[in-house]
Amino acid sequence: MLAEEQKSVLHSGTPTEKQARRSMLLTALYIAQEQHGYLTKEALRRVAERLGLPLNDVYSTASFYSLYRMETAGRYAIQVCDGLSCHLAGGADTLTDYIRQELGIEVGETTPDGLFTLQTVECVASCGTSPALRINDELYENMTPDKVDRLLDQLAGR
Amino acid sequence: MAFERILLRNVGRPNSEKIDTYLEHGGYQALRKTLHEYTSEDLIEMLKKSGLRGRGGAGFPAGLKWSFMPKDSDVTKYVCVNTDEGEPGTFKDRLLVERDPHSVIEGAIIASYAVGAHRAFVYIRGEFFLGVKRWMKAIDDAYARGFLGKDILGSGFDLDLSVHRGAGAYICGEETAMLESLEGKRGEPRLKPPYPAQVGLWGQPTLVHNVETLACVPHIVLRGPEWFASIGTEESKGPKIFCVSGDVQRPGNYELPLGTTLREIIYEHAGGIKGGRKLKAIVPGGASTPMLTSEHLDVPMAFETLSKAGSMLGTGGITTMDEDACIVDAALRLTRFFAHESCGKCTPCRVGTQRLMGILQRIEDGHGREGDINRLLGLCHGIMGHTFCPMGDAAVNPTLSSIKHFREEYEYHIEHHRCLAPLQ
Ligand SMILES: Cc1cc2nc3c(=O)[nH]c(=O)nc-3n(C[C@H](O)[C@H](O)[C@H](O)COP(=O)(O)O)c2cc1C
Ligand code: SF4
Ligand code: FES
Repeated sequence: MLAEEQKSVLHSGTPTEKQARRSMLLTALYIAQEQHGYLTKEALRRVAERLGLPLNDVYSTASFYSLYRMETAGRYAIQVCDGLSCHLAGGADTLTDYIRQELGIEVGETTPDGLFTLQTVECVASCGTSPALRINDELYENMTPDKVDRLLDQLAGR
Repeated sequence: MAFERILLRNVGRPNSEKIDTYLEHGGYQALRKTLHEYTSEDLIEMLKKSGLRGRGGAGFPAGLKWSFMPKDSDVTKYVCVNTDEGEPGTFKDRLLVERDPHSVIEGAIIASYAVGAHRAFVYIRGEFFLGVKRWMKAIDDAYARGFLGKDILGSGFDLDLSVHRGAGAYICGEETAMLESLEGKRGEPRLKPPYPAQVGLWGQPTLVHNVETLACVPHIVLRGPEWFASIGTEESKGPKIFCVSGDVQRPGNYELPLGTTLREIIYEHAGGIKGGRKLKAIVPGGASTPMLTSEHLDVPMAFETLSKAGSMLGTGGITTMDEDACIVDAALRLTRFFAHESCGKCTPCRVGTQRLMGILQRIEDGHGREGDINRLLGLCHGIMGHTFCPMGDAAVNPTLSSIKHFREEYEYHIEHHRCLAPLQ
């Protein structure tokens, strides 16, 4: 690129309106996901329309990020950390096995009543207070099967 | 042995995240001093003199990075605060952001002033729900007290700061992937050079820093670069937060001078190994850094000494494994992380990490085949240096380093179809 051209790029208004709109995509996807707990086709289409982006581009971006869901999940997504530190703290496998038995589902599945989904995730930056798990927006540290028990009861309204 | 808490001085106080708590303990004094006493050149000089190196993993000299930002005042420039912390074994940035966000904001404002940026962004890992809340509240309060916005503290300097939430992708911690994600795209790394300081967010020069790096800045301004440089070793200056986890008695964050030995951190501060067992392996600086063994306990945690020992300081996230740990299992878990998190842009990383994981898994399951160790090594060499971003090199470290130090455990697994470690 010519030095002059480069200069004019650097001095231009930034971001452009189009770039600014695009940068809102991740936020827009979060908002769209809130309504049904996952990104429906309709929701993706609406986001694409509102931001003036091609649908396949919106879909491709959304699918890159693990926090956007393309299918339904239970009301409570239980995400057990499967990282090395949590494993060493005696957690990951024990907790996952325990929850599998309690809920009668495998990792990746949802209970028939639609209440719980069980997932494993990578390090959640709680290795100093491991084992850790997340349920929706909450982080739970220093977990034991007993604590999991109480938590499940509480969430199930038992 | 007690070392003054510098970066963590506030985190234990009640309501440590509140702006009033921060102000009561000298908060925003460094910003005041900066805006009224120093020019951009002064600050860059100070940073260089302090010897501060990035705490996000790469350890690049911060002052040098600031000096790479173009000086031209009509060029739009940006500052980004990297709060994407996701490197397994690392949990320091989350602590700072949740418990002392203003120390990071103050550092970010000083950095923005030094490089002439009027717009700054926080990029935070999507999973850090509390962190997002704390960041937003802290930023609102900083605006309300005149530390952000127009004409900060009557200096004529303007700065806007806002929070962008990521959405679950480790690779977005890599600075160019982070910029893509901030632009609302898939978080795939860009080719470097050009570096973000030349061509960054929306093509503009952008200064990217880790949370802990920025938290050092107010202290350097207030207490002087000579004071900062008096802490640490020849090439590694200042305090560092070491995250200790795994098989220790007291896991947690410990702030100590760079250059503190692994032995002191693990045995004096973290209480040694649980149940009086023996230490076997150490991952010294997050999952990306090569494993070490108990023979390396006297290595100081500093950039130069770790590199001499065949590893890296990385993030300072120390994971410890005792004699009962299965090394193949550990390598498998660490590799699985990279395989999951590969962004898929280049084949050696995308396919190579899957293959590594497959072979490690079969060895761990007792189905290892003759020649598997060489197969692993061959794959590692095929990945190393052949990927688009540094994650490819990181991804082979668990395998390469564990074979280097614990080859006999691999051989035992393959020969006897089971683990050598007693409890597995
Ligand atoms: C795969 C990968 C992941 C990274 N993740 C992070 C991260 O989560 N946080 C961070 O501060 N730096 C991370 N980095 C380093 C950044 O690219 C960059 O060097 C750093 O944010 C610069 O800040 P510093 O100079 O203050 O360390 C990562 C690098 C790579 C290659
Ligand atoms: S090395 Fe891995 S993470 Fe980096 S660009 Fe290639 S595929 Fe993506
Ligand atoms: S390994 Fe589980 S929180 Fe880090």
